[in-house]
Amino acid sequence: MSAFDLQAKIPNNVNLGDDRRLQRALEQWQPRYLDWWQEMGPEGYQTKDVYLRTAIGVSGDDWAHYDYVKMPDYRWGIFLADQVPDRKVPFGDHMGEPAWQEVPGEYRNVLRRIIVTQGDTEPASVEQQRLLGQTAPSLYDLRNLFQVNVEEGRHLWAMVYLLHNHFGAEGRDEAEELLARRAGDQDKPRILDAFNQPCNDWLSFFCFTMFADRDGKFQLASLAQSGFDPLARTCRFMLTEEAHHMFVGDTGIERILRRSAQLTKLDPSGDARVQGGIDLNTVQKFINFWFSYCLDLFGSEVSSNAADFFGAGLKGRFDEEKRFSEHLALDQKLTLAMPKNGKLVNEDIELRNAMNEVLRQDYIDDCKSAVRRWSKVVQAEGVDFEVTLPSGRFHRHQGIYGGLHFDRDGEPISAEQFEAMRAEWLPTDADRAYLRSIMQPVMAPGQIANWIAPPKKGINGQDFAFEYVRF
Amino acid sequence: MAENAAPAAPVEFATSPEQYHHWQIRIHGGVATLTLAIDRDHPLRPGYELKLNSYDLGVDIELADAIRRLRFEHPQVRCVLVTSGIAKMFCAGANIRMLSQSSHTFKVNFCKFTNETRCEIEDATLNSNQRYIAALNGTAAGGGYELAESCAEIYLIDDGFSAVSLPEVPLLGVLPGTGGLTRLVDKRKVRRDVADLFCTKAEGFRLRDALKMRLVDGGWAKSKWQVEVDKRAAHLVEQAGGVGSEVGIALTPVERQTSHEDDKEILTYRFVHVAIEQGGRHARIELRGPETAPPQSHQELHDLGCNSWALQAFRELDSALLDLRLNHSPVGLLSVTTVGDREQVLAWDTAISRLRAEGSWLAREVQLHQSRTLRRLDNMAKSMFAIVLPGSCFAGTLAEVLWSADRAYMLDHPDQPSAIALHPVNFGVHTTYNSMTRLQIRFFGEPDSMTKAATLHGPIEPSDAERCGLVTRAPDDLDWDDEVRIAEEERLSFSPDALTGMEQNLRFAGQETCDTKVFGRLTAWQNWIFQRPNAVGERGALTMYGDPRSPMFDFNRT
Repeated sequence: MSAFDLQAKIPNNVNLGDDRRLQRALEQWQPRYLDWWQEMGPEGYQTKDVYLRTAIGVSGDDWAHYDYVKMPDYRWGIFLADQVPDRKVPFGDHMGEPAWQEVPGEYRNVLRRIIVTQGDTEPASVEQQRLLGQTAPSLYDLRNLFQVNVEEGRHLWAMVYLLHNHFGAEGRDEAEELLARRAGDQDKPRILDAFNQPCNDWLSFFCFTMFADRDGKFQLASLAQSGFDPLARTCRFMLTEEAHHMFVGDTGIERILRRSAQLTKLDPSGDARVQGGIDLNTVQKFINFWFSYCLDLFGSEVSSNAADFFGAGLKGRFDEEKRFSEHLALDQKLTLAMPKNGKLVNEDIELRNAMNEVLRQDYIDDCKSAVRRWSKVVQAEGVDFEVTLPSGRFHRHQGIYGGLHFDRDGEPISAEQFEAMRAEWLPTDADRAYLRSIMQPVMAPGQIANWIAPPKKGINGQDFAFEYVRF
Repeated sequence: MAENAAPAAPVEFATSPEQYHHWQIRIHGGVATLTLAIDRDHPLRPGYELKLNSYDLGVDIELADAIRRLRFEHPQVRCVLVTSGIAKMFCAGANIRMLSQSSHTFKVNFCKFTNETRCEIEDATLNSNQRYIAALNGTAAGGGYELAESCAEIYLIDDGFSAVSLPEVPLLGVLPGTGGLTRLVDKRKVRRDVADLFCTKAEGFRLRDALKMRLVDGGWAKSKWQVEVDKRAAHLVEQAGGVGSEVGIALTPVERQTSHEDDKEILTYRFVHVAIEQGGRHARIELRGPETAPPQSHQELHDLGCNSWALQAFRELDSALLDLRLNHSPVGLLSVTTVGDREQVLAWDTAISRLRAEGSWLAREVQLHQSRTLRRLDNMAKSMFAIVLPGSCFAGTLAEVLWSADRAYMLDHPDQPSAIALHPVNFGVHTTYNSMTRLQIRFFGEPDSMTKAATLHGPIEPSDAERCGLVTRAPDDLDWDDEVRIAEEERLSFSPDALTGMEQNLRFAGQETCDTKVFGRLTAWQNWIFQRPNAVGERGALTMYGDPRSPMFDFNRT
C-alpha cells in the first residue's frame, strides 16, 4: 500500500502521510490486522452493511459520522486528542516537569508493558464476542455489538500506533504478538484472565461491556493522566468511544432486568423462566461472576508496580488532575483488610503501593450507581428485588484475596462452604445452557426477543425499528 | 540494617522430605521431578511472605537436601526435572524483603550456601549420572533463572507470557549473584553484548527471543508442554543407559549434642568435635579417624549405609561447618586437628577408591561427598590452621585439610612422633573449585615439589613435611606452645574483613573456573554492592524496593 493509499484509507490526525517510519510499520501490520479481523472478527457478517459510527476527528459534535459500511472496509483511524500546550507531568516524582513527547529511556520497558497490556484487551474482546451475532435479540443490538467490535479494533490501532511510533523494533514485535494471541487459547492466551473467559451469550456480553469495558474506562482515564503525552492523548480520545460501550452494557442489563421483572410479574408462579425469560437470580449470578473477574483486572491490592507507575508519572489515579489536590501520594496510607490465617486484619499500606486498590474503589463506586438504578427499574415493574454487587473479596483470582474463599458479603469461609454455595452465587452450566436455548436470533427490523425489553430510543436519532443491519 | 537486632533463632540445616514446606520429590522410573511450590507462610524467619515462588534460605536448605537424597537414596534416577507447582511462575528468585531485612553477614552466607547448592546440581549432572533439566513452566526471574542455569538444559513454556529474566540490575541495583552473570557467559557462552542486553531488561525474554539468545535450549506450547518435557526426560534416561538398578541407602539424621563447659560451647558428633572458646572467637575442630577396618565390597559398604566412617564423618563435618558459618559468625579462627589411626584412614581411602573403580556407585558418591565437604571448608570465611599432633591422622583424604587450611603447624616432638601420609586420592580425586587438587595449588610455582610429593610413600616425619612444603611450620616441643599460641592470638586480632579477603585471594592460585569466578568475582562484587549506599543506603535501590519512592543514586563511578 502506498503512502497515499494509507493516508486515504486511515483517517488520522498524526500526520501519517509524512511519517515514513509509521508508514513502514503500518504497511506490514495493516494487512495482518485485516487477516486477523477476517479470522477472528464477527462471524457471518463480514459482507453485510452495518450502520456504524466512524471516528473522523477528535473534537466537536462532528467527530464521528454514521453510515452503512461493511466491517472489513471500516476506516480504522488513528487519533490523538488535541495537544494541551505546555502540558506538565501532573503527578509523581517528575511532577511539574514538561510532559514527555518521546519515551524516556528509563521507563521504556515499563511503558511498553502498560501499553501492551492495555492493547491486548482490545482484540481479545472481539474474539470473545465473535459468535454473538448469531443469537442477537434485535438488529439494534446486533449493530451495537458490531459498533463495539469495530471500535475495539480501532483501540487496538491506537495502541499499535504508540508501539510503532515510540518503541522501535520491539514495538513492532509486540504489535505482531497482539495479533497472534487468542482469547481462551491454551497456548496463546490473552494476557489478562477476564479476557480469556467465554462470552457466548448476550447476558455475558452485556455484563462484559458493563464491567470489563468500565474497567477499560478507569484504566484509560488513569493513563490519560500519563506524563507520556502521546499515551495520555490517545487514551483521552479512546474514552470518547468507550462511553458507548458501557452504555450498551449498562442499558442491556437494565433492559433484561426490566423484561425479567415483567415476566416474573406475568407468571402465576412468579417464574420468569416459565415465560421464556431470564429469572432475576440468574442475572444476579452473572453480575457476580463478571464483576468479580473484572475486579481482578485492576491488579494486586498491594503492588510495587503500581507504586512505580505512579512515582514515574506514567499512570495516575482516576481524574487525577481534577479530583485530587495533592499529587505526590507520599507519606499517606490506605487501610486494607489483609487476610491473615483465615481472618481479616486491617493494615495500613503505603498509598502509592495501593494505587490499584484506589482505582478499584473508584470503579466499584461507579458500578454501584448503575446497580442502584437497575434495582429501581425492577421495583418500578412491581417486583420486590434488589440487584446488588458482591463484596470486592468475593470470587477473586488475583491479588491478596485471590485463591482464598469469601462469601458474597466478603466474610472468610472455607473452600467447602464456598463450593456448597457456588451454584447459588455463580452461573452454572445449566444456567448457561438455558440462556443458549432461549437466545434465538431475531433479525427483522423492529422485532425483539422475548427475554429483553426494547431500548427507549435508537441510535443517532433513528428509531428502534430502523434497519441497522442490511441483509 | 538489622546487624544489631536481637539474635535470631539458629538456622537448622537438617531436614527431610517429610518436613519440606516448599519442595516435592516425585520419582517415576529413572526420572525424578523436583516441584517448587513455595509455601508463602513458611519463611525461615518472620517478617516477609514468600510470594510468587520466591525463596529464602529455608527453601534452599530443602533443595540442597533433596539433591543429596536423590544421589544417595535414589541412585537409579538418571534425570531430574526441576519445575514449578504454581501457575505462571517458575520462581521469582530470592525474596527481596528477606534480603532487605537481613544483616550483611546473613546475606553473604545465604548467597554462599545457594551458590554451593547450584554447584552441587552441576556436580550431580557431571559426576553422578543425574542430569538436571530446568522445565520452566512459568517465568524464571533472577534467582529463578540462576537455578535454571545450574541445570544442564533449560526449557521454557511458550504461553505468550512466561519469560526468563535477570532483573537485578535494573530493578534492584544489585547483581544476579547466584552465578547468574558468570554462567551466562562462561557456561552457556552467551555473547557478552547479548548478555548485557538480557541483564538490563527487567522483564526478560519469552521463548522466541530467549532461544535466539541461547538463554534457553528449547520450549514448547502449553498444550504440548508436559508430553514434550516427559519425552525429553525419557530420552535422557535412555541415553544414560536406562533407569539404573542401583538401590539407595537411607540418609538418617546426623546426630549432634550441644553442651557448655566453662565458657566453651561444645558440639559433639560421633566423629567430629567442636569446641568454641575465647568468647566465641575461636573454634577447635577435632576430626576422628575410622575406628574399624574399611568395607571390602560394595555390599559391605552398602550395609553400613550412611554410618560408614567415610560418609558419616564428612556429613558431620559438613553440618558443623554450616553451623559455624550461620550460627557462629564471631568465630574467626578454626584450628583443626585429627585423632586416630593414620593407616586406617589410608586403608579406607584405598578401599573406597578400589570399590569406586570397580563400579560401586556408593563408593563414588561417598568420595564426591567428601570432595564437596572439603570445598565447603575451602570456602569458609574464617581463618583456618591445621594442627598436627602426635596421635593425629592427617592422611589421604584427611590430609586435604592441611592444604585447605591457611597454615599447617606440625609438632616435632623428640619422644612422641607425629607423621602425615599421602595417598593417591591427594593426586586427583579431591579437586577444589578451580578443578585443581590442593597440592597442585600449593605447588603452583614448584613443579619439582609436586613431583617429589608424589614419591613420598609411608609416614612423613615433621622435618620432611616442612622441607617438602606439606606443612607451614614444624616447631619442636619447646617452641610449640609459644609459636602456635602467638599465631592464633595474632590471627584473632586482625581485621576480620581483611583476613577474609586475604585468605580468599591466597587460597585459589592457578586457573580460574566458572565456580571460582562465581565465588571469587561475582559474589565479591555482589558483597561490595550489598554494602554500598546505592543498594542499602537510606534511598538505595534494595532499601527502596516496595517503597513508593524511587531510589536515589550517587552517580559517581568508583
